[in-house]
Amino acid sequence: MSFLLARTDDRLLVEVDGQLIVSNRQEFKQAVLDEVEQGVRVVIVDFTRATYIDSSGLGALVSLGKRLRESGGDLRLAALNDDLRTLFELTRLDALFPLFASRDGAISGS
Amino acid sequence: MAARSPRRPVSVGPTQERREWTIASDVQAITPIVETIQALCAAAGFSPRQCRLNIPVAITEALSNAILRGNASDAARHVRVRVALEGSRLLVDVIDEGAGFDVQAAQRQPDQPDWLEREDGRGYFLMRSLMDQVESRMADTDGRHTLRLILHRT
Repeated sequence: MSFLLARTDDRLLVEVDGQLIVSNRQEFKQAVLDEVEQGVRVVIVDFTRATYIDSSGLGALVSLGKRLRESGGDLRLAALNDDLRTLFELTRLDALFPLFASRDGAISGS
Repeated sequence: MAARSPRRPVSVGPTQERREWTIASDVQAITPIVETIQALCAAAGFSPRQCRLNIPVAITEALSNAILRGNASDAARHVRVRVALEGSRLLVDVIDEGAGFDVQAAQRQPDQPDWLEREDGRGYFLMRSLMDQVESRMADTDGRHTLRLILHRT
């Protein structure tokens, strides 16, 4: 499990490779928060290569989304497969985050 | 109607596989165990979706709960994991050295007003949603708590 971060101006793209779970959620959250502190306002998390997320991973996303909204920004989730989408639907977090079919859609916001 | 004892063994067929681990209270120990159970279940014919979603998420939640809450991340405490594949059933016992938790209090639901804003509190809900059965046995005389997860093959 790893994360790849790429920043363009005030936009950060995060690729999740593997799980986003209790054992790496703090590393993930802190890496994004560090960028937010440096001026990032829009964070796009690309789940193309992600496997599964637990409640800790979901919680990290909730926390980051709240932080970004407070600073006038946005957290966008992209390319969730059916399994991951099920987790967001079960927990109703699909109502909290914009879910985009693709990374490009998330970048353009459409 | 007589109350059903959570300790009553239920036989659904011959045991195909058993595994047991004792791990330190370290969340880094979770993934290798989850991956082993995923592989066992895939070999036993559990559906790809169960192997990709239900099993890893629910077992990660159970282990995380045991390490962080049951054992309070105390390095001196351990977590035991017992896995049995019996017929079409997966049974996982996660045993920590804590006092257990109030299942009723843990029954948070997505329609509660602060659900969307909270960072935590979704673990037990996910276990209940992704497993067929979740049982919590409060600590007995040896001071241990067992969370039992059961999933039937689809």
